[in-house]
This record gives sequence, structure tokens and C-alpha cells, in this order.
Amino acid sequence: MLRVENLNMRFGGLQAVRDCSFEIEAGTITGLIGPNGAGKTTTFNMIVGELKPTSGRIVFEGEDIAGLPAYKLFHKGIVRTFQIPHEFGQMTVLENLMVVPPDQPGERLFVNWIARAKVAARERQVRQRAEEALEFLSISHLRDELAGNLSGGQKKLLELGRTMMTDARLVLLDEPGAGVNPTLLLKIRDMISELHRERGYTFCLIEHDMDLISSLCDPVIVLAEGCVLTQGKMEDVRRDPEVLDAYLGGGEDE
Amino acid sequence: MDQTYGIFLYVISLLTMGGIYAILALGLNIQWGFTGLFNAGIAGFYAIGAYVSAILTTAPTARHLGGYEMPYPVAFAAAMIVAGILAWGVGRICLRLRSDYLAIATIGIAEIFRLILKNETWATNGPRGVSMVPKPFATLPEPWNHLAFLAMVLVTVAAIYLALETARKSPWGRVMTAIRENEPAARAAGKNVARFRMEGFVFGCMLMALAGAYTSHYLKFIGPNATDPLTATFLVWVMLVVGGSANNKGAILGAFLMWTVWSATEILTSRLPDDLSIRTAYVRIFLIGLVLQIVLQKFPRGILPEQRLASSAKAAENTGRPADRPST
Repeated sequence: MLRVENLNMRFGGLQAVRDCSFEIEAGTITGLIGPNGAGKTTTFNMIVGELKPTSGRIVFEGEDIAGLPAYKLFHKGIVRTFQIPHEFGQMTVLENLMVVPPDQPGERLFVNWIARAKVAARERQVRQRAEEALEFLSISHLRDELAGNLSGGQKKLLELGRTMMTDARLVLLDEPGAGVNPTLLLKIRDMISELHRERGYTFCLIEHDMDLISSLCDPVIVLAEGCVLTQGKMEDVRRDPEVLDAYLGGGEDE
Repeated sequence: MDQTYGIFLYVISLLTMGGIYAILALGLNIQWGFTGLFNAGIAGFYAIGAYVSAILTTAPTARHLGGYEMPYPVAFAAAMIVAGILAWGVGRICLRLRSDYLAIATIGIAEIFRLILKNETWATNGPRGVSMVPKPFATLPEPWNHLAFLAMVLVTVAAIYLALETARKSPWGRVMTAIRENEPAARAAGKNVARFRMEGFVFGCMLMALAGAYTSHYLKFIGPNATDPLTATFLVWVMLVVGGSANNKGAILGAFLMWTVWSATEILTSRLPDDLSIRTAYVRIFLIGLVLQIVLQKFPRGILPEQRLASSAKAAENTGRPADRPST
């Protein structure tokens, strides 16, 4: 589905990503792991359009998307979440979701003045979809709350909710488990696998929580020093001496 | 009786200028309130509108470009279109800047506009300005001419208010607020941030130009001094912040309120002893600043703060966000 080919990213004298190549297969939940400084976030940011690679290709369904801006990638079916929740603070939880869907005629200013019925009809659909997403996340009771007033965990759910407001094909999650309590973490894990199963999303996630990775991800791609060290099933990767050496620190689980 | 009539005329002029400022404040509200664009060059677009409309309607004269004697609606539309095109050009260059740099850039651009208007004497009659600008309804008997002009201004304010309320509650307004609240997340939600910011900027500047056009016809004169940044930029900002940014009612309230204060300070300072009266200019600005401070102490988000849904209004008060929020 998405193939990264010989990707390089250089910041001045620092080569953050070096000749990195891997593939995210359609229908998988691919984990992207590696020690700090391995180039995970840089690679992630290049895929989602926040950084333009120094060289190399990112091919999504046969098309080179390297360097395309984030908003265009969204319309191609690549959706992301943020590690630190990026909610729209002064908007209600419901509005936070309703803003996401594409093809809203009311996003054209003049349409709102001349074709109100058309806008209202689409609004009903969008609202319906947002209500369903809130139901799925079990935060329906917060629908009229300002998103800025939510707890950290609730904001994290809202991040996930935004990916449900569009017909995404590839969803990139930036540390969905960071800063989340263990109970909520299990809930988020179940939601991800349900979305994977029910909606057929392909996921790619960066994560430090090894339990989350091993229970969700297959395959796992291990990055170290800007390139791919190895990839495969978590239990195999875990035993790989190179990985242990680079990352897990002599057999100790993180 | 004469005195009552004088007060009556004074109130009409207060409401007329207050209404013109309400158009300016609504224009700024689109840019700052909805979108988070720090436009500190309101005076520039106000001036463009004033000059375009004045030049298109005046009788033939050798002093400046003119003699087109166009009907008012054409002149008003032309003022808005010219300002819109200029705003688009300025936006292409400046809108990528962060809010504080955008402020600096727009101040500069407004000054450039003003210097051009002041120095291109063949078109604008330079520092002496464009005079004999026709005034709508001037043929009506007193005081109906004043009342008719006031009615035109107030109807315009009402029409803009209704249009903006529709826009604010629409999906378009929702995207604008999302961009203001969190630009990276708006991009990640597939929104072409540059396009939306440009729309907000151009739309706001077009309203500012309309206010400028009305001013030149109301005063029957437009010169470079009438577009002083103090009265055409700073005062509009005070109006929006006092009234309540991101609230259209607040913008209108702030405009009428602060124009009344500004106008009243003129009466007040004219009664000062002679040695103080030469300093009136400072005293007026000082009083405006004082009102701003007092209002913001009591209403940190303006008198009528931003409202989303009825049920969330309370929550918004609790966060107590100050009016000068950062936009990114």
C-alpha cells in the first residue's frame, strides 16, 4: 500500500534518516519502533507531509507522494493523529469531529448564502457520523463540552475519533498510548483493532509501549540510526540479537 | 429648541460614524476573530475604498483623477473589488507569516498605500485630498438627508451582520475557527489552510473598503489624514477587543460604544484649560487606553465573548482565556 524507497533526511550536518526502505502492506497494523533518535518521528513526518525528504520516494498506491502537503494527503486517504493531542480547544467536542469530513459544500463561503438547504442536508449527515464516532469512543456525554476542557485521555480519544470521520485507508498513529493510563490504554487498543477489523483501515503506529506493540502489530519494523534494522513478527524481532543490542538493552523489556 | 435639535443632529452623526466603524470592526472580526489574522493595516484598505469611491463619483475637475460621475452602488462595489484584489496580492506575500510578523507587514503595507495616495498628486490631489465628494440623499430636506444616510449605514451593518452570522455558524466558519485554534490539526483534517486564510483576509479587507467609501461620501472629503492609523486602525482594534472578539454582536457593540467614548472625549477635552487643551490629542488616546484597561479587567474576553453552543458558554467562561490569544 505504501512503500518507502531510499528515503534520506538531512538536517544540516545531521542525517536523521539514511537510505531507509520499507513497505506497509494493505490490511496490516504495522508498528514502527526503535530507540530514541532512530528516526521514527522524522520518517513519520515525511510520510504525513510535514517534512519534505532530502531524497527518496514515498509511493502510496503507485503514486509518489513525497513532499505533498498534509492536506492533500488527507484527500488521498492518509490520515494521522498527533502524539500530543491537537484538539480545537475553543470548539465543542462534536464540532471537533464535524469539521473533519471532506466534501462539505458549506466550506465554500458563498454556498452558505445561496444554497442553505444543500448545506443543511450535508450537515445532518456529518452530525450523524460524528454522533456515531462519539458513541464508539463512549464520550457522547461530552459532545457539547469545549474540547480544551477535556482530560488528556479524553483528548487522546478525540484524536482517534477524527480518523473515523473520513474514509481513510491508511491511518498513521503517533504514539496513541503516550500519557494514557493503563485502563484507557487497553480501551484504545481494542478500538484500534476494532477499527482495523470493522472498517478495514490499514494502521501504522509509532509507539514505545512494547505491550501495545506486541498485542496489536504485525509486522513490526525496527529502525535504528536512521535505517531499517530488521522487521517481522514481534516475537521474532524481540529475539533478534541485533535488536536486543540496539534497543532492548540486553534482553530487558522496556 | 435649537439646542435639542443640535443634540438630535449630534446623535445622528454619532450613530452614522458608529455604524461605519461597526462595518470596520466586523471586517476585522472576520480576520482576527474568525481566522486569527493580525491585520494592523486596516487604514490602508479603508483608504483605498475611500479614494476609489470618491474618485469614481466626483464631477470633472483638473485637480485629480475623476469626472466619472458613477452611481453610488457602482462606486461602492468598485471600492470593494479594488480593495479585494489588492488584499489578494498582499495576502499572497504576507499570509504565510506568523501572526506577529503579519502585523508588522500589514502596518508597512498600509503606510505604503497612504504614501502613494499622498504623493500621486495627479490621481489623488496629494495632501490636499479629494473634495466635493457627493453625498447620497443630499437633495432631501434637513434633517431627512442625515436620517436617510444613517438608515443606509444601519441597513448595511444589519445586512453584513446577518451574512456574517450565517458564515460563522456554517461549515466555513467552523473551518476558520479550527484553523485559528490549531493550524496543524486543520491541515491534517484536509483543510487547505492557505485558501481559507486568504478568503478571510480578502473578505475582511473588502468590508473595510466599503467603510472607507461611506466615510468619504459622509464627510464629502477624503485626504491622507483621514486615514490616520490611529483612528482607522488602532481604534478599530480597541472596538473589537472591547466588544468581544469572534462575536459579531460584540464587534458592533464595541464600535458604537468606543466611537461614543472617542467622540465624547473630544467634547471633554475641548473644555480643558488652555494650557492643557493643546495636549488634547494625547488625553484622548490616554482615555481610550484607560477604557480598554478597565473593560479588559472586568471582561477579559470582551463585553460579549465568543459563544459556541449555549451549553458550552459556561465552560468558556471558566477557562477565562484572555482576548489576546496567540493564533498558533
